[in-house]
Amino acid sequence: MPPDSKPTIFINPAKCIGCRHCEIACAVEHSKSKNLFSAIFEDPLPQPRIHVLPMGAYNVPMNCRHCENAPCMEVCPTGAIFKDEDGAVLVDVDKCIGCKMCAIVCPFGIPEFDALNGVMFKCDMCPDRRAEGRPPACVEACKTGALMFGTIDEVVSQVRKETAEKIIKLKEGEYKEEYNGWELFRSFQAEVIRINEGESK
Amino acid sequence: MKKYKEVSIDPTTQKMYERAQELGIETVWERLEKQQPQCGYGLLGICCRNCMMGPCRINPFGGEPKRGVCGADADTIVARNLLRMIAAGAAAHSDHGRHVALTLLVAAEMAEKFKKEGKPVLELDNMASNTLPYQVRDPEKLKAVAKRLGIETEGKSIRELAKEVAEVALNDFGKQDEEPLAFLKAYLNPKTYEIFEKAAEKAGMPWFENGILPRSIDREIVESLHRTHIGTDHDPVSILLHGLKTALGDAWGGSLIATELQDVLFGTPKVIKAEANLGVLKEDYVNIVVHGHEPVLSEKIVEAAQDPELLELAEKLGAKGINVVGMCCTGLEVLMRHGIPIAGNFLQQEMAIVTGAVEAMVVDVQCIMPATVDVARCFHTKIIDTSPIATFPGAIHIKFDERRADEIAKEIVRTAVENFPNRSKQRVEIPKEKMSGYVGFSVEAILEHFGGTLKPIEEAIVEGKIKGVAGLVGCNNPKVKQDHNHIKIANELMKRDVLLIGTGCWATAAMKYGIFLPEYADTENVGPGLREFAKEWGIPPALNMGSCVDCTRMLVLADLIARDLNVPISALPVVGSAPEAMTEKAVSIGTYFVASGITTHLGVVPPVLGGPKVVKILTQDLYDIVGAAFIVEPDPYKAAKLMYEHIMKKRKELGI
Repeated sequence: MPPDSKPTIFINPAKCIGCRHCEIACAVEHSKSKNLFSAIFEDPLPQPRIHVLPMGAYNVPMNCRHCENAPCMEVCPTGAIFKDEDGAVLVDVDKCIGCKMCAIVCPFGIPEFDALNGVMFKCDMCPDRRAEGRPPACVEACKTGALMFGTIDEVVSQVRKETAEKIIKLKEGEYKEEYNGWELFRSFQAEVIRINEGESK
Repeated sequence: MKKYKEVSIDPTTQKMYERAQELGIETVWERLEKQQPQCGYGLLGICCRNCMMGPCRINPFGGEPKRGVCGADADTIVARNLLRMIAAGAAAHSDHGRHVALTLLVAAEMAEKFKKEGKPVLELDNMASNTLPYQVRDPEKLKAVAKRLGIETEGKSIRELAKEVAEVALNDFGKQDEEPLAFLKAYLNPKTYEIFEKAAEKAGMPWFENGILPRSIDREIVESLHRTHIGTDHDPVSILLHGLKTALGDAWGGSLIATELQDVLFGTPKVIKAEANLGVLKEDYVNIVVHGHEPVLSEKIVEAAQDPELLELAEKLGAKGINVVGMCCTGLEVLMRHGIPIAGNFLQQEMAIVTGAVEAMVVDVQCIMPATVDVARCFHTKIIDTSPIATFPGAIHIKFDERRADEIAKEIVRTAVENFPNRSKQRVEIPKEKMSGYVGFSVEAILEHFGGTLKPIEEAIVEGKIKGVAGLVGCNNPKVKQDHNHIKIANELMKRDVLLIGTGCWATAAMKYGIFLPEYADTENVGPGLREFAKEWGIPPALNMGSCVDCTRMLVLADLIARDLNVPISALPVVGSAPEAMTEKAVSIGTYFVASGITTHLGVVPPVLGGPKVVKILTQDLYDIVGAAFIVEPDPYKAAKLMYEHIMKKRKELGI
């Protein structure tokens, strides 16, 4: 089996603290000026292609998975959706007719409609940055590790390594759950949700 | 959009929230939803915006970045942010106190001036003259405060005493020496004073001169800003010690001055029966809601609403009269002193406007949402801002000046009355629900009720009829179903025979549910011991002690009990709780409760969890430093249990 050498953006909701820095960085990257202080004065205002959704005590960053067998690509009647050499699923705006079929079939609800130009837009994995060997803007902005850029092999081997370390420490009796303010906050948050919902039934 | 039952347990809020949805009016709950997810850095307190190398944030999962650009770690950042919150809360309370002290001084100086001009001497010397914008309504309290402060009262007129007391108060704000506040020295028992003196030494920081005893109200707030400036104080221990000091400057300084001098000017609250909730708005009347925190103006609005000329105008325009009602702590101030009905607590400010029956909402300072202006645009309601320091875009600005108090108050009431014909009658929907209760339990009123002594309460505690006392404090927070935690915690504590005292939005919540009625003692929510005690003395099982600035009444009460038992406040079987905390003022109150020796529960997680050392100091180490600490627990049942356990631990330590 050949190794999957194409990196993509992985999400880890357990580490997403909902700061929405990824959304801002994405919008700035897709602005004309690529500068926060001028991007906020542009017309039209640049829009993010990643969205953080609050889900109870968790937050989930939702972005394009750049699927191997992308249904959006398969269903696009004009062939506007294509994969580039890095495996990024992109929209060719010149071919896009704004039929929104891609949005309907996407299981993640990713393609959005640009009403001004009548075309679809979505995560493009930051082609300008990739050309420079830099990670996508959202990944760079995420300081908690909720977004990771790498190949599937890199990601799973990292998880494998961390768990293996934990197993050894547990065996040696050295494992100690480290203080984690966010986990503590989430446990309180789960309590709040339970109380607020519980009594309303 | 939320279901109405998710936002509140109050039927009037539920109805008005549904009504707002019908009319497409956005409220606090929609805005909270639109803010989701809220930034985790902010929620954990690990975002620093104190300099322009930043903003910086720390990875809460242990990875990089571990430090801000300057090198500050999570604990430094969390402690600095918390200190700034305390300083802002202390500033809000204390600036309120300053305003009251200045009002007293201005009135005394005007009396002096009029006297020189040959106006009636006796009335002016008694500060009772109608020519003054403000009189001294409680000369006995003025004398008592003066005596506490060590001011010679013999042979002095009320006018002279008022001036002297106001000057001592104002000196506490701006003095530059190292001496502790005059008000603190006058009010605090020696054993607790000693704890303050030694607290910093106990925490390993002997260079704090006079420990955490505040020197000047303003100075501690300014020093908080100085310490948290880039590159100044970085040790979470020293930062938090100064936090305690700043909060104590609020407790035994700014807030205490506000309460005491308001009593002097407007009268010390006495037990009185009144009503609460949106049902106090009247369909055929001109409804004026006074909202905010300072009674200096609202006292005058209450007077102006009785002006025959304005009443005549109201009748001419088709109204049966003028109905002044309160909201938030301004509401509690006029409720406590005059029995003016209170329309609701913090989360009901928009709901009151949605009734369509409010001619004017007159606002002063603190906890007034700018959104009231937007909601008011959907109706005929006029929002009138009155404080020179609080301007609301889109509101009518009628700014207040103590020297012309009566004239301005009349102008405001006239504006409301003249707005009555603009009311759209078919859009009016006032919920019927309201509840009565006994309020006005100032320390003086409590003493009077128990025959000039606190002995009956103390004996009941020693006997175990009452297990202890819990001070419950204000705020609503849309993150918590309105009043839910307030009422659950109150009931759970009363079931365990804990006597409740309380202020602020908690007090309004309790009143709305009938807890301030003596009959409430007969319900299953009150334990047999507390029931017997309440019945024996003809009191409700919970006592309304006023607005949130009046939390000092609870401290003064605790001080008196501590004196009687000859122990520091921290030895008493007493706890505090802010079940639905929201404001920076609540952070200051919680901190000064803890610093004064009262372990305090917070029902909303404060933004500190990102700093493990800070969390440990606040929830554990403070027990060794000041004899009390914070408890954080969102579940009201668990919280009440923890508070009760603390009371029982204190009883055991006292050997009772």
